[in-house]
Amino acid sequence: MSVLQALDIGLAFLVFAVAAWTIFARGGFAATVGYVVYGLLLSLVWIRLFAVDVALTEAAIGSGVTGVLLIGAAARLRGAETEADEKSLRGLPRLFIAGLCVLVALALAAVVLLFPDSGPSLAPQAMRHLPETGLGNPVTAVLIAYRAFDTMLEKVVLVLAVVGVWSLAADRYWGGAPGEARAERPEPTLAFLAQVLAPLGILVGIHIFWVGADEPGGAFQGGAILAAMWMIVMMARLTEAPRTSAFWLRLALVAGPLVFLIAGVGGAIFAGRFFAYPPGFAKPAILFIEAFMVLSIAVALPMLVAGPPRREPRADRSR
Amino acid sequence: MTSATLAGLVGAALVGLGLYGLIANPQPLRKILAFNVMGSGVFLVFGIVARKGAAAGLPSDPVPQAMVITGIVVAFAASALAVALVLRLFEETGRATLSPDAWTKPSGEGAEAE
Amino acid sequence: MTAPSAPLGAIAGGSLLPLAILLPALGALLSLLMGGRRAERIAFLLMPAELAVAAAVAVLVQRSGQPLVYDVAGYAPPLGIALRADGFSAVMLVTAALITPAAGLYARTNFATPGDVEKRAPLAFWTLLQGVQGALSLIFLGGDLFNLYVGLELLTFAAVPLVALDGRPETVAAALRYLLFALFGSVFYLLGSALLFGAYGTLDIALLASRIRAEPAVWLAAGLMTAGLLAKTALFPLHLWLPPAHANAPAAASAVLSGLVVKGSFFLVVRLWFDVLAPLPAVVPGAILAGLGSAAIIFGSALALRQERLKLLVAYSTVAQIGYLFLMFPLGHGPWAADAFAGGVMQALSHAFAKAAMFLSAGLIAESLGHDRIAGLGGAGRAMPVTFLALGLGGLSLMGLPPSGGFAAKWLLMKASIAAGQWVWAAVMAAGGLLAGGYLYRVLAPALSGEIAQLKKAPQRSREGVALALALLAVLLAFAPPSFFSFLQIGRPAASVAFR
Repeated sequence: MSVLQALDIGLAFLVFAVAAWTIFARGGFAATVGYVVYGLLLSLVWIRLFAVDVALTEAAIGSGVTGVLLIGAAARLRGAETEADEKSLRGLPRLFIAGLCVLVALALAAVVLLFPDSGPSLAPQAMRHLPETGLGNPVTAVLIAYRAFDTMLEKVVLVLAVVGVWSLAADRYWGGAPGEARAERPEPTLAFLAQVLAPLGILVGIHIFWVGADEPGGAFQGGAILAAMWMIVMMARLTEAPRTSAFWLRLALVAGPLVFLIAGVGGAIFAGRFFAYPPGFAKPAILFIEAFMVLSIAVALPMLVAGPPRREPRADRSR
Repeated sequence: MTSATLAGLVGAALVGLGLYGLIANPQPLRKILAFNVMGSGVFLVFGIVARKGAAAGLPSDPVPQAMVITGIVVAFAASALAVALVLRLFEETGRATLSPDAWTKPSGEGAEAE
Repeated sequence: MTAPSAPLGAIAGGSLLPLAILLPALGALLSLLMGGRRAERIAFLLMPAELAVAAAVAVLVQRSGQPLVYDVAGYAPPLGIALRADGFSAVMLVTAALITPAAGLYARTNFATPGDVEKRAPLAFWTLLQGVQGALSLIFLGGDLFNLYVGLELLTFAAVPLVALDGRPETVAAALRYLLFALFGSVFYLLGSALLFGAYGTLDIALLASRIRAEPAVWLAAGLMTAGLLAKTALFPLHLWLPPAHANAPAAASAVLSGLVVKGSFFLVVRLWFDVLAPLPAVVPGAILAGLGSAAIIFGSALALRQERLKLLVAYSTVAQIGYLFLMFPLGHGPWAADAFAGGVMQALSHAFAKAAMFLSAGLIAESLGHDRIAGLGGAGRAMPVTFLALGLGGLSLMGLPPSGGFAAKWLLMKASIAAGQWVWAAVMAAGGLLAGGYLYRVLAPALSGEIAQLKKAPQRSREGVALALALLAVLLAFAPPSFFSFLQIGRPAASVAFR
């Protein structure tokens, strides 16, 4: 057994163990911290699967931003856990469910093992059409060219999620801002961290977005990093979350999918098909669309984490 | 055993684990965590499919990779909506559970003009 | 870029398909951006256009006798994404394009924006309503299983907040439960898709249908995807989330949720079994689905009989009526297959209109009386005759009495099940009809007798008219000409019609 294989098996075991901890741990907070670790380990697994774009996304969004969301929630829900597990299943129903899950896992494992070593693949077609898009990263080409429709609709899904989260505010807070107000004297450690990390992070985020055309990276990963920087600055209370009725906020949220949609319609007019690119203009169009996607993602993710508005809008600022 | 098959088996195990957590654990926050574990297991299954689709000089089929990226973003959005609901429930009632009989109002109540 | 191979006319017609999806998506985005009163105005500006697009799609499909196909971005599957409109897609698209604006017209009173200050519930409602319509268009027209996954998520994220829109704790709890069931459904659906991609290298429905064989990966994928979609469709025993969610949502939202949203995931079950998995021997799975459907009919109707609140009764009735939809699955092969398919589609359509009408009526009743207790409905029918007429006509369709679309649906399904020798489904349908009569009698009998009730406020004529119009559409479906039934068969794979 080579070193790499041993590492793989160790990694697999570790991932499973941490996931089991996440499911079976006693306290919600502990389980959530376990989840963040689990996500980082998963990113390593993705690298071993040679899917670096996915590894970046898993680290940034799957583990990072989701982790912030869940840790924040777990912290606020600590009070609710002192209740006994009133509805916790015991005995026969629990065994039945466990048996069912084991069955599903085994069936899945069996089918996975039965997959031939090299199956049908769309890689040849993806590579064949790559020159038309002017891109060097086939994953970006799939996301923004071949399956652009999926990606555009997924941006709409993100915006609708923000609307859904905002709709859970109390009526009197509508239009106000989520989170806490800016602090007069922010906590020094957090403030220092934010002041050092944020400018660096912004540069890294923009770089990863830009480089994603030809190397692993892209709008989602870059946007997630920018989102994280904004979240750090807000968590350090150096700045406060914007009012949800602010036009610039809504414009930033909607810009990504809107530009993508308009580009799609433009494709119908100038290239004969919705979401097609005129030959020769593919790469600049793609980068243009991605730039707005980065903006929207960088704004949507922190808004989803911040939650519904919890502070009243000032009367003189109503829409 | 290749790393891809290993990842696929881990994915299957994660799906089973996550499914158990989603159904059996009574607290909504733990269900959301379990949903994320299960989702990442499903993505790993896509991952092994992608790895087995290595061709044309690429170590991994880019189409399933793009699907996983989309899926990760959607799963985060779902978690955010679910967390917002749980927190709102907790704010309103001081409890974060879903026991069914807690919310069925007696006849007539809760049916005020909307 | 691959050159378009179809003649220009076909491309022009096919362009309607992405338009049907992009218009409501654009509306949702602009409503959020412009906010305030403009959110509602944008919705009402676009809804007629969306109805026109839906009608145009139906006309084009009818004229050509073939499904409309469109390769988005110019890349053909398996690399790209295709949209496809067959007969079933077209009728569902038109139905959604009719019910959504109806619910919107009804909701103008509840979700108005007085003055210039943006309010929470209206902004959320108009944005999410358009989101629902966009998601449904995507589901009805999508030709790629992953694209349909995105559509399912869009639908869930738009529908769940509608449930919790008035902010009461029980609605938040109901919305959370709905979301958890829906997420369970999405993950299972996605897992099944992963297995299908692993086996065949594509998620395009047409390509899969041509390549699929009965192997373990396919059976597991079919089971997983179906289980996931059943959770979203609230088929027994995964129906627990539906009654509290639909009963406690605002009336216009309930109309859309019961009438349209659950039909979306049902549509995908049909796509899966009748298109993607058509070559599979589907006797046992079909029987299982119909068995669950029968249980839904009996349990749902029985529970509806026991309800004390009108909106909960209507919600449990949805649980029961969803069961009828699944009776078409064991009847998919044989000379009776066309009847069974038409019956299932008719049930989907007539239930959509009837249930939307009933929820809107129930909303009017609750607003006018100040409550929706069935025990307190004495004489209400005499005070609000138009509203109760709408309720009654919708109920007629649910019971399956002529003349109504529900009757046509049950007639077709019964005919098919008797021809196939599967009598049990016919018996279940008869029992279901009786039970539906029972719970409707509970509501209508006291309402139409006794002293005229005192109303807190009279219902607006226009809103009663909307409810009545929907109920009349449910009835009018009974008069569909034979060409309607052959229209529904456009795009059906020939295998499902041939005798096996």
